[in-house]
Amino acid sequence: MPSTSHALEASDLVKTYPAGRKKPPVRALDGLTFAVPEGVVLGLLGPNGAGKSTTVKILTTLSRADSGTATVAGFDVVKQQNDVRQAIGYVPQKSSSDPMATGVENLVLSGRIYGLSRQEAVRRAAELLERFDLTEAGGRQVRTYSGGMQRKLDVALGLVHRPRVLFLDEPTTGLDPEARADLWNEVERLSDNEGLTVLLTTHYLEEADRLADQLAIVDHGQVVAEGTPEALKAELRGDSVQVELVDADVDGNVRRLLGHLPGIGEIVVDGNTLRARVDRGATAVPAVLGALEEKAIPVTAVTVSRPSLDDVYLQYTGRSFRAAENTVGQVEGSAA
Amino acid sequence: MATITANPARTTGTARRGGLVSQTGYITGRWLRAQYRSPALIAFTLVQPAIWLLLFGQLFKGVVALPGFGDSSYIAFLTPGIVMMTALMTSGWAGTTFIADMERGVMDRMLTSPVRRGALMAGQLISNGTTTVIQTIIVFAIGIAAGARYDGGAVGYLVTIVASMLVGTAFGSLSNAVALLTRQQEALIGIFQFVSLPLTFLSSIMLDLELAPHWVQVAARYNPVDWAAVAARQALSADPDWSSVARHGLYLAAFTLIVGYLSTRAFRTYQRSV
Repeated sequence: MPSTSHALEASDLVKTYPAGRKKPPVRALDGLTFAVPEGVVLGLLGPNGAGKSTTVKILTTLSRADSGTATVAGFDVVKQQNDVRQAIGYVPQKSSSDPMATGVENLVLSGRIYGLSRQEAVRRAAELLERFDLTEAGGRQVRTYSGGMQRKLDVALGLVHRPRVLFLDEPTTGLDPEARADLWNEVERLSDNEGLTVLLTTHYLEEADRLADQLAIVDHGQVVAEGTPEALKAELRGDSVQVELVDADVDGNVRRLLGHLPGIGEIVVDGNTLRARVDRGATAVPAVLGALEEKAIPVTAVTVSRPSLDDVYLQYTGRSFRAAENTVGQVEGSAA
Repeated sequence: MATITANPARTTGTARRGGLVSQTGYITGRWLRAQYRSPALIAFTLVQPAIWLLLFGQLFKGVVALPGFGDSSYIAFLTPGIVMMTALMTSGWAGTTFIADMERGVMDRMLTSPVRRGALMAGQLISNGTTTVIQTIIVFAIGIAAGARYDGGAVGYLVTIVASMLVGTAFGSLSNAVALLTRQQEALIGIFQFVSLPLTFLSSIMLDLELAPHWVQVAARYNPVDWAAVAARQALSADPDWSSVARHGLYLAAFTLIVGYLSTRAFRTYQRSV
């Protein structure tokens, strides 16, 4: 089969950015590889700086990889740039509407650029405004819109020309919970009803869990794990026990104490919190509490949970998602 | 799968792409709408030239008496110069629109669409050019109100307008290029102020070059703003030297085309760095 059997295919992408004088270049992508069938929502999950946005920029023809190949809707992103551009919709991280123009003007201009006739563009603009609940605001300048309204318009702008693949780069960052839920519903409708292939980058585990049919966990410019959220979670055996201490376990006593209990696997310390993988949550919790009480170590809370995406992330990258965000956060600041 | 094979045109790599002219039209429309939604900005950029014209026109009234000054009325001499200076100064700001687009995601969305880079550049410059025409007319109105009179007819005014548009377009596209290369408002404004001052004073905008030191005369020969001022004054005079008008006009047109082309190439540099 030709490469068209996948809506998106990235193979061994490498991209480096100069980091300034006398510093080694930043390796944003380091052999990133994945493939997405048509009609699937792929979530690229990873902390800031993992290489998600760089991947999107290369696939949308905005940027170019140093090496490796990629196809979008069957077209090569370097050799068939114009076909790729016609086939995709791109919703960048930052709002992509012209604030001085009205919602309608933004949409019509976009339609015209993609080759719609004036009449078609106007009709399509009205249709999209209706669908995103923006009809009333359509005649107003975008600078008067709320953040949530602007984001909805951004997605509408990405859909004007009925693309086959939609790129959503951190679509809900900075939105309030209500606007976020709104947008989630909309993305679900798109993939369910219209068979659109969506590539979604996010650093919200919850968002990835809810929207993605398929997940690729990205770390240091590589895909470290791939699969459906359920399959990824199912691969982890047992449950997760989380103990919040009143005082941080500075000298590692608590860690050693719990490590000796039967049925307890790897323990990770994150500030005042200890997380452990256990065979069975129900039997581990009493044992953990008993051991802590015996040594009179004060505890704020103990929770037991089924494996979450956070645990999956921990498993594949060796660090918790939150910790990763804090350490890698600065790296892509210069590259983004 | 079936949907793809059923429509082979989609996979053969022949996506329909709009022409440069129609795309330029859409982009021009965008900037014109934005521009005329805030007409106060155009008025604002006129404050400075109006002050120069009225203040200097009065202050240096007497310089025409100096031996070697070719004109008999300073305000008549100064007005075409201030027209070119206004076109230069206003166009220096053109790139700020690109920076605003980059700070939002507008530029990135445009660059991943099928729009041609030439259309993105030309559309903004045409809109910028309409501002230049309006400003040129207003500066002339102020100059004439202050007593400037010209023997040359309609052709003289037309040449002045075209020359000012070329100055605006050339330096507007340079400003856009600097915007694409630096991506910073502060850098753009700093660089343009650094460049616009020598361009203004190493020219015949304020004074007849007969009165200037030799090195200034030499420098002005390579100054596009001076080419425009010379062509305009000649065309407005009673007995124009048309070969001089044509020669300076051609230099200016060639300069505009070259910087326009180079500036459009700056999109590539921008894309390499994102």
